[in-house]
Amino acid sequence: MTISDEELAEQRAGIDRIKAPSRLRVVAGRFSRSVQGRIGFALLALMFLLAFAGPHLGRWTYTDKDFMAFLQPPSAEHWWGTLQTGADVYAVTLRGMQKSLIVGLLAAVIGTTLAAVVGAFAGYFMGWADRSLTWITDLMLVLPAFLILAIMSPLFAEGQWPLFVLVLALFLWMVTSKIVRSMTISLKEREFIQAARFMGVSPVRIIFRHVIPNMSSLLAVDATLNVSAAILTETSLSYFGFGIQPPDVSLGSLIADGAKTAVYAPWTFWFCAGLLIVTVLAVNLVGDSLRDAFDPTAKRAGQ
Amino acid sequence: MRECDERQAGTGARPGASGRADLADPVLEVTDLDVTFGSGPEAVRAVRGVSYALRPGEVLGIVGESGSGKSVTSLAVMGLLPPHARVTGSVRLRGQEILGATEKTLTAFRGKTISMVFQDPLSALTPVYRVGDQIAEAVRIHQKVTGQQAARRAVELLDLVGIPNAAQRAKAFPHEFSGGMRQRAVIAMAIANDPDVILCDEPTTALDVTIQAQVLEVLKRAQRETGAAIVLITHDLGVVAGSVDRVLVMYAGRPVEVGSVDDVYYRVRMPYTMGLLASIPRLDRGGGQPLVPIEGNPPSPSALPPGCPFEPRCPIAVPACAEAEPALEPVGSPGHLAACVRAGEIEAEGWSPAQVYHAGTGGPDERGPGTPPVHLRPVRLPRDERDVVLEVKDLTKHHPLMKGAIFRRRIGTVHAVDGISFDIRRMETLGLVGESGCGKTTTLMEILELTRPQHGTIAVLGHDTAGLNARERMAIRRDMQVVFQDPLASLDPRMTVYDIVAEPLRTHGIRDPGPRIRELIRLVGLDAAHAARYPQDFSGGQRQRIGIARALALEPRLLVLDEPVSALDVSIQAGVINLLEDLKNRLGLSYLFVAHDLAVVRHIADRVAVMYLGKIAEIGQVGQVYDAPMHPYTQALLSAIPLPDPGKERSRRRILLEGDLPSPASPPSGCRFRTRCPKFKTLDETDQARCVNEEPRVRRLGEDHGVSCHFAEKLDVV
Repeated sequence: MTISDEELAEQRAGIDRIKAPSRLRVVAGRFSRSVQGRIGFALLALMFLLAFAGPHLGRWTYTDKDFMAFLQPPSAEHWWGTLQTGADVYAVTLRGMQKSLIVGLLAAVIGTTLAAVVGAFAGYFMGWADRSLTWITDLMLVLPAFLILAIMSPLFAEGQWPLFVLVLALFLWMVTSKIVRSMTISLKEREFIQAARFMGVSPVRIIFRHVIPNMSSLLAVDATLNVSAAILTETSLSYFGFGIQPPDVSLGSLIADGAKTAVYAPWTFWFCAGLLIVTVLAVNLVGDSLRDAFDPTAKRAGQ
Repeated sequence: MRECDERQAGTGARPGASGRADLADPVLEVTDLDVTFGSGPEAVRAVRGVSYALRPGEVLGIVGESGSGKSVTSLAVMGLLPPHARVTGSVRLRGQEILGATEKTLTAFRGKTISMVFQDPLSALTPVYRVGDQIAEAVRIHQKVTGQQAARRAVELLDLVGIPNAAQRAKAFPHEFSGGMRQRAVIAMAIANDPDVILCDEPTTALDVTIQAQVLEVLKRAQRETGAAIVLITHDLGVVAGSVDRVLVMYAGRPVEVGSVDDVYYRVRMPYTMGLLASIPRLDRGGGQPLVPIEGNPPSPSALPPGCPFEPRCPIAVPACAEAEPALEPVGSPGHLAACVRAGEIEAEGWSPAQVYHAGTGGPDERGPGTPPVHLRPVRLPRDERDVVLEVKDLTKHHPLMKGAIFRRRIGTVHAVDGISFDIRRMETLGLVGESGCGKTTTLMEILELTRPQHGTIAVLGHDTAGLNARERMAIRRDMQVVFQDPLASLDPRMTVYDIVAEPLRTHGIRDPGPRIRELIRLVGLDAAHAARYPQDFSGGQRQRIGIARALALEPRLLVLDEPVSALDVSIQAGVINLLEDLKNRLGLSYLFVAHDLAVVRHIADRVAVMYLGKIAEIGQVGQVYDAPMHPYTQALLSAIPLPDPGKERSRRRILLEGDLPSPASPPSGCRFRTRCPKFKTLDETDQARCVNEEPRVRRLGEDHGVSCHFAEKLDVV
């Protein structure tokens, strides 16, 4: 092999190595470079770890009652103290967090996805598709979400939480889908969408490849807000006695109970409230960094 | 035009040449102006040591590409820069220092002694106030007059800038004005208080050529009436050539050549100016010769090279260039300064721009693929023997004008395209030109949609679009691709270059697009290593190359180009034009080239079709149409284009069209051009009646030359 051949091969290998990374990899890379995103992600992971692995460390389960200790402050026996009923605060709080985390994250992701798809289809196709989708959106907007959730609450008992998540998500997407629809209408006129159209790319593919990614900043922010909204809706439902049904607990029902005793037994309130705040904060941090990671025009994260 | 210049020189209101202007004290004196944004290593030195003196009545042209600091200079003079900009140096207005003056002092000067005309006339007017009131407001700020007097003065001013029916139009809102009229209104505001200096920042860039000619004329009239000195900031060397006394060329925030307009155009001493002059496609020169692009891109203002900022792109750079930045020093005739270490050599040897750019250090063979050394026009079969790639017959597109929310009823029709016919053969470029609103984009979209047109037929590669099913349409999409005007808008900002170029390949079912993508990226003169970047990491010219690579991915036979170079700087534009020309010859492509710039079309097209209000006014071989235009509209259009040649520009006869394009919702009867036609006015009544009643069809005159005018005759206008 002559030197020039070697060089050529080297060059070619160099070029072949420059495989343009997929969009997902690029976004993941940018996300991991942002300090904020890493902190948020670590916090969220920690919350999950605590919620799912934590209960195994404690001695008590959430259904246990310690009849020797009612409303006791934190001690070696009961790490975070006990409730009026004698339940271990550590155990019930973590149990509640399991529910809240899953409900919040799932409802938010489902709600935002629904919003993006419905809005983008309505805005892209216009005509009949738009009219019927807008009609459904408007209908959902005027339905009293809280009341319906309250009425349906008996259905959510006995481990039917996926249904609860679904119904919750169904009431989260309308406003965003309206924003997405109007953004799609203006995005549709942009030249790169026209270019794809004239290339012969199918409309559905244009929506998923060009329209929705170009709104990912909005969607990331929206999903973040929805996480908080879903957790808080679930919390407030539970506060009024709907939503998660006893003996199961959620952060909401715990906060509702804890609020009554918060003044003279702060441990009944502050642990669950604090964890809720940390969770929402972590989700917000992740959402912010995701938004920056999706947007190539944003200042390079970590630079 | 020359006449009025002479009249002016005679009355002494406006010194015609810089020599005479030296006698008066400068009205505006800018010395060592520096503008820096930010601080530390990231600081952007947008303007570095700009000095100029403006004498009363003088017109100074500041020329430069985007990012050269020309607009920042004028904003700094006006004191309009944001607070975080650090401005040093001195700006003296009638001997008084205004740099760093209090806001109150500045306000007293602004509008009264020094006023400004911005590029975008729509954003320069408040949309919710009547035009007359806005001008009256400008009057009342600096003059103690009653509201009525101010309103009267506003009407006078509108009349002065040539707005017909001024008293009535003063009551209109800005959105009711056309672009040209808005710019006139802005000029009226600028001269409302008889300023001594008017700064015009790209006053005609957003306007059509015929309107540009009108506005330049208005500026001249305004200058004559007020005796003000004008600073005309533009990127267009043509605009400068015809309307200024002195020119200041800026590059990377610095003036690199200053001198009288003749000195700068005919006795160029700075390679950058030479490059600018050599890279403009010219109306008065036919195609065949490749344009000379300036290699590379302007340096980033935050990372300037230590030596001459033009050194990396300069074809005659020597090691001394990289050492220190050359000072602006006198060369040759008085008042002519250039910042080049080899200016003396250029002077002594008498090098012309063409010589400098062919004597490149690397020699022609080492240039990139985007700049072929010589254009070898391939031997082509005669036109009749080549296949027809695109045939458009009687294409019509009418949009209904609807009114009412519940009972929508049709109240009119917009005649966007009204029966146009043309064809494109293999390896041929048809230029479709016309002013904005003439229907050229609609035509293009109708062709690209590949559906049955409202009326008439479109046949792409022999297939009539009316009878296509989805599969056949997809097959044709493969053979017909499009390149859009704005390279940034036409590339998905969320996709890497690799994904962008891969999209057409994947859509048409090609599994492993990798090798093809690398080939394409290299074909358009980019580095394959750039594939992983995003569009915004590239400069304008490079982005357009990506757009071209994407369009070429499927080896199409017909490329539809929608103003592909109008968003690019002159020096970059030349490279893209050369690339397109080269690709056409190498790959046997056919182009439908839509543009408003007739000089570019002359350079690249084989045939040209001139559109006016949805109709074709003139169509034919480029040489014939440009050298002997027969239709009065083509003649006016060609004569309105400024040439980058002061001598020719002064001796040219310019046909100024009156008014604006009529609304396509109610086109004039008979010949659509008759309302603005200079020829119509010279006809007798019976002939005029013919123009009003009978719509002219495109008649064949000459071998490949069609004109839709009853009274077509040749006129030499370039």
